[in-house]
Amino acid sequence: MIDAHLLSLVTFLPLAVALVLLLAGRAPELVWKGVALGASLLTFGLSIGLWLGFDPTRTGYQFVERAPWLPGWGIHYFVGIDGMSLLLVMLTTFLMPIVLLASWNDVKRSVRSYVFFMLSLETAMIGTFVALNLFQFYVFWELMLVPMYFIIGVWGGARRVYAAVKFFLFTMLGSLLMLVALIVVYYLHFEQFGTLNLDLVALPGTAARAILDTHVPIAGQAVWWQTQPWLFAAFALAFGVKVPMVPLHTWLPDAHVEAPTSGSVILAGVLLKMGTYGFVRFALPLFPVAAVQFTPVIFTLAVIGILYGALVSMVQKDMKRVVAYSSVAHLGFVMLGMFALNVEGLEGSVLQMVNHGLSTGALFLLVGMLYERRHTRDIAEFGGIAKPMPVYAALFVLVTMSSIGLPMLNGFVGEFLILLGAFARSPAFAVPATFGVVLAAAYLLWMVRRIFFGPVENPENRSLIDLGLREKAVMVAIVVPILWIGIYPDPFLRRLDASVLEVLRRVEVGMAGGSANAPHADRVGLEAPARAALAEAGR
Amino acid sequence: MVDGAIASPLLRWIPLLPLAAAAIHGVMLGLLRRTLTRGGVIALSCGAVIASFVLSCVVLGQLVVLPEGQRLLIDSLYTWVGAGRFSAEASFQLDPLSAVMILVVTGVGSLIHVYSIGYMDDDHRDDKGFQRFFCYLNLFTFSMLVLVLGDNLLLLFLGWEGVGLCSYLLIGFWYADRWNAYCGMKAFIVNRIGDFAFLVGIFLVFWTLAGAGHPTLAFRDIQAAFPAIGEKTVTLPDWLGFLPGAPSWRLATLIGLCLFVGACGKSAQLPLYVWLPDAMAGPTPVSALIHAATMVTAGVYMVCRLSFLYAAAPGASAVIAWTGALTALFAATIAITQTDIKKVLAYSTVSQLGYMFLGAGCGGYTAAMFHLGTHAFFKALLFLGSGAVILAMHHEQDTSQMGGLWRKLRFTHWLFLVGVLAISGFPFFSGFFSKDEILVTAYAAKQIPGHRALYAIGLGTAAITAFYMFRLHFRTFYGMPRASREVMAHAHDPDNTVMVPLWALAFLSIVGGIVGLPQVYGDMLGVKDSNSLANFLGPVLGHAAHEVPHARELGLAGFAVGAFALGLAVAWLLYLRNPELPVRLGQALSGAYRLLWNKYYVDELYDAAIVRPLVALSDLVLYRGVDAGLIDGVGVNGPARAVVGFASRGLKYVQTGLAQSYLFLMLLGAIAVVGWMVR
Repeated sequence: MIDAHLLSLVTFLPLAVALVLLLAGRAPELVWKGVALGASLLTFGLSIGLWLGFDPTRTGYQFVERAPWLPGWGIHYFVGIDGMSLLLVMLTTFLMPIVLLASWNDVKRSVRSYVFFMLSLETAMIGTFVALNLFQFYVFWELMLVPMYFIIGVWGGARRVYAAVKFFLFTMLGSLLMLVALIVVYYLHFEQFGTLNLDLVALPGTAARAILDTHVPIAGQAVWWQTQPWLFAAFALAFGVKVPMVPLHTWLPDAHVEAPTSGSVILAGVLLKMGTYGFVRFALPLFPVAAVQFTPVIFTLAVIGILYGALVSMVQKDMKRVVAYSSVAHLGFVMLGMFALNVEGLEGSVLQMVNHGLSTGALFLLVGMLYERRHTRDIAEFGGIAKPMPVYAALFVLVTMSSIGLPMLNGFVGEFLILLGAFARSPAFAVPATFGVVLAAAYLLWMVRRIFFGPVENPENRSLIDLGLREKAVMVAIVVPILWIGIYPDPFLRRLDASVLEVLRRVEVGMAGGSANAPHADRVGLEAPARAALAEAGR
Repeated sequence: MVDGAIASPLLRWIPLLPLAAAAIHGVMLGLLRRTLTRGGVIALSCGAVIASFVLSCVVLGQLVVLPEGQRLLIDSLYTWVGAGRFSAEASFQLDPLSAVMILVVTGVGSLIHVYSIGYMDDDHRDDKGFQRFFCYLNLFTFSMLVLVLGDNLLLLFLGWEGVGLCSYLLIGFWYADRWNAYCGMKAFIVNRIGDFAFLVGIFLVFWTLAGAGHPTLAFRDIQAAFPAIGEKTVTLPDWLGFLPGAPSWRLATLIGLCLFVGACGKSAQLPLYVWLPDAMAGPTPVSALIHAATMVTAGVYMVCRLSFLYAAAPGASAVIAWTGALTALFAATIAITQTDIKKVLAYSTVSQLGYMFLGAGCGGYTAAMFHLGTHAFFKALLFLGSGAVILAMHHEQDTSQMGGLWRKLRFTHWLFLVGVLAISGFPFFSGFFSKDEILVTAYAAKQIPGHRALYAIGLGTAAITAFYMFRLHFRTFYGMPRASREVMAHAHDPDNTVMVPLWALAFLSIVGGIVGLPQVYGDMLGVKDSNSLANFLGPVLGHAAHEVPHARELGLAGFAVGAFALGLAVAWLLYLRNPELPVRLGQALSGAYRLLWNKYYVDELYDAAIVRPLVALSDLVLYRGVDAGLIDGVGVNGPARAVVGFASRGLKYVQTGLAQSYLFLMLLGAIAVVGWMVR
C-alpha cells in the first residue's frame, strides 16, 4: 500500500501537515516548529525509500501513479520519477529539514504561517519534479510562487517588497509565455492523434500516445507560432528566468538579499533547478531540432553567465550578493553541460544541479548564521573572525572549496564532467568556460580572506560566539553529501545513466524524424558536426 | 589490469594513513574544538608519515625484485568518476618513477615532520596551532602521495589541487597577519590559472584518444594508445597564424603545452612564478617541504610521467627547455640582491626548478628526476637551516640584521654550508652531479633549437647561483654581528628534534649524488652501470638521451667547476674581503640594482595590467553599468515605473494587494485556457 503510493505520500505529506497546522488551535511556537521539522524529517525518511527502491538499470519512470482527474481534458493525476527527478526530489526533501532547523531562531514573527508556507512550498517543489502531466506540472510550478512570494515579502529584509514583486513579475512573465506554448503543444497533439492528452509520457505498457510523442513541426512546415523555434523560445524564456540565465538574472540578487536565510537556501537550492529541470524535461525532448539550433545561443549565454556572474560577484560588498552572483556562474555551467548533449555533459549537468543546491545552500546557511550574530552581511564589517569563530571558519572554507570545485568535494565532479562534455561539443565555448574555475577561486577566496583573516579590528567581532550544537548539526548534515559526492559519486551518477540516455535518445529520434520528414532540414541549422555529436551522444 | 602488473593492496595505505591522521585532526579541531596532547599529535602525525615511509620502502622492495621490464604494482579501489565513455579509477600504481617520488615525499616529509615538532613548539601565536599545523601537513602528504601514485591524469589532478589547497592553508597559517592571508590567496589563484590550462589539456587528451577509439586517462593506456594519435594534427584558428608551424599543429604539441602551463603554475616557472616568493610567508618547515622539496616539483614529475608524449612533441619540449632556462637565469638574478634569507632561497628554488625543466625539455628526464631528488635534499636542508637561524634570531629573517652567527650557531653554520656547497655545484656533492647531468643534456640536445645557448645560460646561472648562495652564507654567518647584543647573547643551536633532520639531510646532500653517478666517473672508479638511478628509471623514462664522449663530458664538468669557483670568488671578494664594495656597486649601478631589488617590477606589472583593470571592469562596467544600469535600470524598473504610473492613475482600485491580483490573473488565465479549448 505504502509502496504503491510512496511518491504521492512524499509529495503531499508536507502539505497535509501544513493544512492540519492551519486548522489547529493555539499552541506555543515551539510546537509549530517541532511539528514542521518532524514532518520534513519524515518526508525525507520516506524519500530514502524512493532512493533505495529505485532501480537504476531501468529506463523510464518508476513509482508511477496515475488517476483520472479531468479525464475529458486529458488531465490526469500522473506522477513518477526517473533518475533526474529522483536526485532533485532527494535534494528537496534533504534541504527542507536542514532549512527548518537552521531557521529555528531566525524567524520570530508569525511562526505558524511561516511553517505553513515552508511546508506547502515543499509539496509544490516535489510536485513539480514528479509531475508527468503537463497541466499538473504547470499547477505546481505556479503554486511554488505563492509561498515563496510570501516568505520573501513577509519575513524578508528591508527592501523585501521590492524584491518579492520583482521575483514575482519576472517569473510570472516567463510562466505566461510557457502557458501559451503549452496550450499550443496540447493543440498540436490533439491535431495529430485526435485525443486530448496532457500526459507527458504514456503509461508503461500502453500504446497510447503522449505529449512527448507529439511531432512539433520545424520551421517552414507550419504556422509560424506552431514551429519548434518559437515554442522552444517560449519555454526557454520561462525556464531561463528561473535558472537564471543572463540577462534575465537581476531578480536573483535582490530576492536573495532580501529573503530570510531559509528562503535563500530554498531559492538557490531548489527553485533555480526548476529552470534547468524544465529544460531537460521538456524543452530538449519536445523541440530537439530547435534545441540543437539554439545551442550556440544557449552556449553563449551560459559562458557569459559563467564569466559575467563571476566577475560581478567579485566586486560585491554584501556576502549574500557574492553568493547570489556565484549562482549565476554555477547555473551557467549547468546549462553548458546540458546543451553539450552528450552523456558526460548531461550527467555532469544534473549532478551539478544537486551540487549547487548543496554548496550554495550551505553558503547561504553560513551567511545566515553570521547575520544572526551581527545583523549585517557587509564584508567590510568583518575581518579576522577565524579567531573568535574557528569552527565556523573551518566549515566556511570547506564549503567554499566545494563551490570552487576542489577535487574530493562534490563541485569538482559535476564541473569536470560538464566541461569535458562541452569540450567535445565545442572547444571554443568550453575553454572560456573553463576559465571560470580561476574566477571562482578569485571571488570566493577574496571574500574568505576579507571575512576570516587578518587582525580582528572591529570590536564587535571580538565577542562573536562560535557555532552552537544546532548549527553544527545542520552543517555536518549538509557536509556529508558534499564529501560523499566528491569521493564516491558513483551511486548518484549510475542512477542518472538510464534517464540521461533516454533524453538523448529522444533528442536523436526527434532530430532524425525532423530531418527525415522535412524538406528543409538544412535550414534548421543541423550541421554535420552537430549531427555527429548527437550520434556520439546516443551511443 | 595490465598484463604483468601485480596487485599490491599495501599501496593504498601509503596515502591513506596520512589522510586518516589529517581527518582525525580535522574533526577534532574543525568541529569539536578538542585538542590532543602534544605527544598525541606527534604520535599520530609523525607516526602516520613515518609509517608511510616504511610502507614505501616495503613496496619498493616488492618492486625491485621484479624483472626490469615488469616493475609495476597496482592497487585499484573503485571507479571514482564515470559517465558515458569517461571513466577515471581511484587506482594507484607504483612504477620506478612513482617509487622515487614516494621515497622523496615520505622520506624528506618524515624528516620535516620531526623538525616541525621543534620548530612549531616555539609558536604561541595561536591556540591549537600546533595540531592545526600537523593536520595541514598530513593532508598535504596525502595529496602529494596521491599525485605521484595516481594511475591516471584525473587522480593526478586531485593530488595537484589538493597540494594547492594545503599550500594555501599553510602559507596563510598565521592568518591574523593580513599579508600571510594575501599570499595564500595569491598562490591559490595563480595556481588556478595554470590548472585552467591543465584541465584543457586533460580534455584534449581524453577526446583525442576517444576519437581514436581509446577513451582513457590512465597513464599506461594513454601510453599504449599514444602511437595512434601521435601524428594527428589540429588546425589553429586564423588569429593564431603568427605562431611557428601554424596553421597545422601536432596535437601532441598542443596537449603538451597545455599541460605544461599547468606545470608553470605549480612549479613556479615564468610567467606564473610570482606566487612562490610570497609563499615564504608560511612557516619555514612548510617552505622546506612544500615550496622546495615536494609540491613545486609536481610539474617536473608530470612532464616525466608523460615523457612519451613530450618526446614526441619537440615543439612543446623546446618551449619547456627555454622556459626552464630563462626562469633559471631570471630568478637567479633576482636572488642576487635580496636580503631576506627565505626570499633568497625561494628565488633559488624557482631557479633550480628551471634547471629541472631545462633538463626535461632537452629530453633528460632522468637528469631532471635526479636533480629533483638532490634538490629536495639540499634545499630542504637550506630551508631547515634557515629555520634554525630564524628561531635563534627570534623570527628575524633579514640578513641585514645577521652576520657573525657562526660562533653562536656552530652546527647550523656547518650544515648550512653543506647545503650551499651542494646547490652551488661543489665537486662531488650531490648537486654537482645532478646539475652537470642537466647541463650536459642541454649541451647535447641537438633537437632543441639553440641548445648551445641553453647550455650557456645554464652554465652562467650556475655561476650566479654560487655567487648568491655564498653571499647569503657570508652575510648570515660571517662578518660583524649586526643583530642586537641581547639577541646575539641568546642565540644558540636549536635542540635535537630540529638538528637531527638537518644532519640527515646534510648527509644526503653530500652523498646523494651516488645514486646517479654518471658513467664517466663510474669508469674511473671501475664501477659498471654506475648510474643506478638512470638504470632504475630507464624502463619508464627511456635511457640516457645524450651521447657525449667522456672526455668532452669531463671538460664540461670542468667548466661547471669553473663557474662555481667564479661565483665563490666574487662573493668572497664582495662580502668578505671588501664589504663596502657592494654598497658602492649598488650606487654605481643604481638602475640595475633597483630593477633587481624590485624583482623586475613583475608583481606591479601584473597588478596594473591585469588585476586592477579586471576589478574596475567588473565593478564599473559590468556591475554598475550593465547589471544595475542597463538591465535593471532600463529594462526592468523603467517599464515598471511606467506601468506603476499608469496604474496609479487608472487602476488603483484594482491594486488591492498582490496575492489577490495574482489569483485574479490566474483566474483570467484559466478562463483563457478553457475558452481556447472549447472554441
